Amino acid sequence: MKAIVTVIGKDQVGIIAAVCALLSEKNVNVLDISQTVLQEYFTMIMLVDASQATVPFARLREDLAEAGKERNLDIRIQREDIFNAMHRI
Amino acid sequence: MINTNDILQTIQMIDHQHLDVRTITMGVNLLDCCDPDPAAACRKIYDKITTSAEKLVKTGEDIETEFGIPIVNKRISVTPMALVAGASRTADYVPFAAAMDRAAKAVGVNFIGGFSALVQKGMTEGDKKLIAAIPEALAVTDVVCSSVNVGSTKAGINMDAVALMGQTIKALAERTADQGGFGCAKLVVFCNAVEDNPFMAGAFHGVGEAERVINVGVSGPGVVHHALQSVKGQPFDVVAETIKKTAFQVTRMGQLVAREASSRLGVPFGIVDLSLAPTPAIGDSVARILEEMGLEVCGTHGTTAALALLNDAVKKGGVMASSSVGGLSGAFIPVSEDEGMIAAAQAGALTLDKLEAMTCVCSVGLDMIAVPGDTSAATLSAIIADEAAIGMVNQKTTAVRVIPAPGKRVGDVVEFGGLLGSAPVMPCHTGSAEDFVARGGRIPAPMHSLKN
Repeated sequence: MKAIVTVIGKDQVGIIAAVCALLSEKNVNVLDISQTVLQEYFTMIMLVDASQATVPFARLREDLAEAGKERNLDIRIQREDIFNAMHRI
Repeated sequence: MINTNDILQTIQMIDHQHLDVRTITMGVNLLDCCDPDPAAACRKIYDKITTSAEKLVKTGEDIETEFGIPIVNKRISVTPMALVAGASRTADYVPFAAAMDRAAKAVGVNFIGGFSALVQKGMTEGDKKLIAAIPEALAVTDVVCSSVNVGSTKAGINMDAVALMGQTIKALAERTADQGGFGCAKLVVFCNAVEDNPFMAGAFHGVGEAERVINVGVSGPGVVHHALQSVKGQPFDVVAETIKKTAFQVTRMGQLVAREASSRLGVPFGIVDLSLAPTPAIGDSVARILEEMGLEVCGTHGTTAALALLNDAVKKGGVMASSSVGGLSGAFIPVSEDEGMIAAAQAGALTLDKLEAMTCVCSVGLDMIAVPGDTSAATLSAIIADEAAIGMVNQKTTAVRVIPAPGKRVGDVVEFGGLLGSAPVMPCHTGSAEDFVARGGRIPAPMHSLKN
């Protein structure tokens, strides 16, 4: 199952490393990353494959949100389908 | 990968503009629960609902988690109960509502609709017993919703039923006086009721429907409002295009959720209802969309035209986004559930007469309106008759959900809480319609030719 991970918040050292470490720990494969910093605001969007994840999707979502909270970041994971549905005909 | 801006736009819509799926409603056929013994019928009703909708709430929550889109309500609609209970040898239909209530609570849905009767042309014995049971049934249950269809374009308006419904609403308000007449928020009087409406309180599972079906109601006044803020001062063509594009996106999301729920539950997908349903939350108001078009306050001159444009553009945008559109599909204008409408009514800018005019061009009708507690049953019936006439002549669904709030006067506010919000008590005309309503009989169906 392909999903989109979005990370939004104030830029700081080690954001990508932390998110990637967490994802690899759960056996979630990163397929693509795009990242920008706009006026100190960090936005990262990752396309991931969660079909081989070692934990259920709901748990993955909670863990990411939790990791985000520690660093004052908003981290979420959503299935890719929702974005395809809304933005592609 | 999808464009970063598109992804961020979706997240913005969910986080800041109240984008959500308003309801996943499962329609369940109960015709096979008929039984001469009322207790046996109630048992069958309970069993059928609880087995059919066992996984509804869990499935809704799973989809919510995976897609990151809030699904506010999970609900059930059933076959109009007058048809099911009519087979039982009993005069008391309250136990049927109680069975629906128990079943709904057992599966965890927040409303169940279908304590209903379709009496546009005449009333059967079962219909009469059901209508007689409404005040007690809605007072002793918590999540049961009721609706009565009193007119249609093909049949005309059943004025005997209209008279009866005025009395019923009055009795229901008295019976639930300790909650500000809250029972009336769960009762809708329709003209041209639709069989696949997923929204409460008027949802029921029509007899033309399948055994079970999944219908989804989308929402998104906040998203439309936000989109219009970016086209300030531009011509109406641009306004209409902007609304269409937004409605398309919102509906695609609803369609995705509907398909997903349908396949996970193994229940056929019915329709997506393209309604703009407001909530009392700031930034989720239909009234504010109309004001964004350039009106100082909702209810002033120009409101009807603005609403007509909005309603039409929502449909045009949504139709292409879904394989099957149905239900009520249009902008809702429930006064107590819309922060902007509440403000406009409190300021005296939005009146019952203006709302009536607005219902000519939008979805449904006089919705969630509190009127003074001393409003007579005949006046309530006359309000219903006016609204039904609009629906009958214009070949559209109209409805009345009014609350004659016991002990309240014009200017008071009735608090319902949650999605139902708070209703400022609005003035009615004081001229009597007693003799008009007392006539009874039927208002004949209108002509369908010689349309000038």
